[in-house]
Amino acid sequence: MKKYSALFRIRFINSLQYRAAALAGLATQFAWGFMEISAFSAFYRANPAAFPMEFSQTVSYIWMQQAFLTLFMMWFWEYDIAASIIEGSIAYEMVRPLDIYNRWFCQITANRLARAALRCAPILIFAFLVPEPYRMTLPPDAAQLFLFLLSVLLALCVVVAFSMLMYISLFYTLSPTGVRLFIAVISDFFAGGIVPLPFFPAPVRAVAEWLPFAAMQNMPLRIYSGNIAGMDAFAGIGLQIFWLAALLAVGRLMMSRALKRVIVQGG
Amino acid sequence: MQLYIKFFAMHLKSQMQYKLSFFLTALGQFFASFTVLLGVYFMFSRFHEVEGFQFEHVLLCFAAVLMAYSIAEMFGRGFDQFPQMLGNGEFDRALVRPRSVIFQVLAAKMDFTRFGRLFQAILVFCYAIPNSGVIWTWDKVLALLLMVVCGSLIFFALFIVYAGFTFFTVEGLEFMNIFTDGGREFGRYPFSIYGKRILKFLTFVVPLALFQYYPLLYLLDREKNMLYMFTPVIGLLFIIPSCAFFRIGLRKYKSTGS
Amino acid sequence: MITLSNINKTFRVARRQAGFGRAVKALFSREYELIHALNDVSFTIKDGEMVGYIGPNGAGKSTTIKIMCGILTPDSGMCKINGRVPWRDRIAHVREIGVVFGQRSQLWWDVPIIDSFELLRDIYKIDRKIYKNNLDELTVLLDLSELLKTPARSLSLGQRMRCEIAASLLHSPKILFLDEPTIGLDAVSKMTVRQFIKRINAERGTTVILTTHDMQDIEALTERILLIGKGRILLDGSLTELKKRSSRRKTLVVEYNGSAPEITDDMTLIEKKNGRLVISLDPEIFPVSDAIAYLAARTELTDVSVSGITAEEMVAELYREYHI
Repeated sequence: MKKYSALFRIRFINSLQYRAAALAGLATQFAWGFMEISAFSAFYRANPAAFPMEFSQTVSYIWMQQAFLTLFMMWFWEYDIAASIIEGSIAYEMVRPLDIYNRWFCQITANRLARAALRCAPILIFAFLVPEPYRMTLPPDAAQLFLFLLSVLLALCVVVAFSMLMYISLFYTLSPTGVRLFIAVISDFFAGGIVPLPFFPAPVRAVAEWLPFAAMQNMPLRIYSGNIAGMDAFAGIGLQIFWLAALLAVGRLMMSRALKRVIVQGG
Repeated sequence: MQLYIKFFAMHLKSQMQYKLSFFLTALGQFFASFTVLLGVYFMFSRFHEVEGFQFEHVLLCFAAVLMAYSIAEMFGRGFDQFPQMLGNGEFDRALVRPRSVIFQVLAAKMDFTRFGRLFQAILVFCYAIPNSGVIWTWDKVLALLLMVVCGSLIFFALFIVYAGFTFFTVEGLEFMNIFTDGGREFGRYPFSIYGKRILKFLTFVVPLALFQYYPLLYLLDREKNMLYMFTPVIGLLFIIPSCAFFRIGLRKYKSTGS
Repeated sequence: MITLSNINKTFRVARRQAGFGRAVKALFSREYELIHALNDVSFTIKDGEMVGYIGPNGAGKSTTIKIMCGILTPDSGMCKINGRVPWRDRIAHVREIGVVFGQRSQLWWDVPIIDSFELLRDIYKIDRKIYKNNLDELTVLLDLSELLKTPARSLSLGQRMRCEIAASLLHSPKILFLDEPTIGLDAVSKMTVRQFIKRINAERGTTVILTTHDMQDIEALTERILLIGKGRILLDGSLTELKKRSSRRKTLVVEYNGSAPEITDDMTLIEKKNGRLVISLDPEIFPVSDAIAYLAARTELTDVSVSGITAEEMVAELYREYHI
């Protein structure tokens, strides 16, 4: 564990070095969130009755999404992991006394956390200061906040476990870019990255709520905003745990098979 | 121009070396904008109209912006990827060749996988043009054409500004995404829905609305004044300061080497 | 004719801080340091000369080359190349120079070499006839006929470098800048490249400016060397002269049958094993012929070789001397 906290620290300090990058990133995400909220507010004005969430919930959803963007977006890619598989330097990794699956899992998690740690606080502070109706609200109570934090953690793990499948698939495919883009796009869409799940038409939503993607950003963002509360929140966290376990199991199985192949073929 | 065509042929030849990867990436691009389209569809199947625009009207806007952007991205990739060119010394190479710098950057990269997006825009047009209720007289056709052509030139100018910033900072570039990627993403709805202040900004500072919102009003007969049809042309003025900015950056690069 | 007079160039570099607290502090205020990349650099290179430009990493070599290519503008001083100021008259200037950056390619990765060449013909607007002549000549000299139809990605490093050099000579430049042209090449490719450069210089009268870390390049190619260190020109002279000036000591290698001979105090033993003896000596004190006679009298010599200081050793000595 010590190794990974060191990794986190290095990445964090590294990203601090680039202050202009950090500021630019903040400005971008802030503007992005602002534009999204403006668009939703236009739809809200058009027909408040058809709005499936409370407007303030949507606002919180969007700000939280921007604040934790780097935690959940599928298209962030660890080039050194991908390169180690494609170029075959994974053979060296196998010599080290660390389980490769765990190692990569922690590396990706640490990287995503380091990126988000720098960005989330300023965005959230802004989001609490901007005037109504753009202002973000706190969750209804402390319990909800706690559930949210738990759910963020689980969602991050689900995202990482899912992206591990993409890395492992590199052992088999030769042309990863297209497939990767495709999967990233689909998963971001069904995780509520473009439009929150409550805005989906009822039949699509009914299916989407059960997919592994629903266990990604969808769950913590809606728990925070209070759109999912009480027993539903517990059920949601249950769904996250289920998908996390399933993805971990599948990932580990695929990994051990892929590694056997590497050994047989000599990398 | 002839030389540009030669570069074009070289790029096409290069990218066709990896056919599978090429088509998969193009397909991925297609799906990336498809989910955005799906999002628009979901919103309209719930709300039916926003600020007086219906689904088919918004689709015209969506497709025009998407087409303009994908053309600009396909041919202006050199500016979009300028930070890499500067980083790996490819730009120094351009400086030791007897051609205009802007031309060389332009010709250095082309990305035909963006065809995936372009194709999407074409499909959406195929649906939206007959179903939008617009009676397609010659002036309407011209207005739509201007939206796309001037739109890609304006996006293009934004890429040049982006590249110009590279001379000053390689780190702070991300904020330009608000205008480039953001222009594409938020251009799916007429810019008026984001409020008056944003519309003003996108009219007078970064003229994205000039090829999107105003000519759309003309298309939909909300404005009869021909001026609205030609606003995209006014938007082309944006190219002048963009190129000037790039040149200022270039001068700075030549004196600092970084 | 290339003339540089009193060229100065300074860069401002942000200082990166180590440690967590300092990194946070650097978010708000940042320290800069000034680096004098070039300090009053002056030299002249005549048409048709071949010059080796040497110095350790970060000494200012590539800054000088960039200024001569028109990529960089100096802070002060003047540079005139064939009557032009490179950075003021970029397009006319670069038409007359060829540049090879050893570590970066100008060839298209995925298309046959000949296509890259033809594109260059159009970029430089080379007359068809001249292009054809040049291409034919370069194909023969660099043995490219097999390579022209191959894409750059499937060539070896040596083959690629041959193509790179050809690419930068298609427009018959008057001056050729070579930035580490032999880096990473195998022995045979290095020899081909060196021989070729020599020929081009002799036959076409192309001025060649070569930067390298490989002293064998220098030894094989250039008579004149320019040594730069910490942004200053430290030495400008001929290689032979420099060699004479630095160490006079000779190295003597002998092989013998039977027992090892005793050596005198004037000889320094470097190595002794299995019938082989390496000795260093100063010919002023103990002439080489006397040393051989001395050894021959004491044992049965089977082989003798004498060598002076190598360029490699000499440069190492120079670096030490100037503390660079």
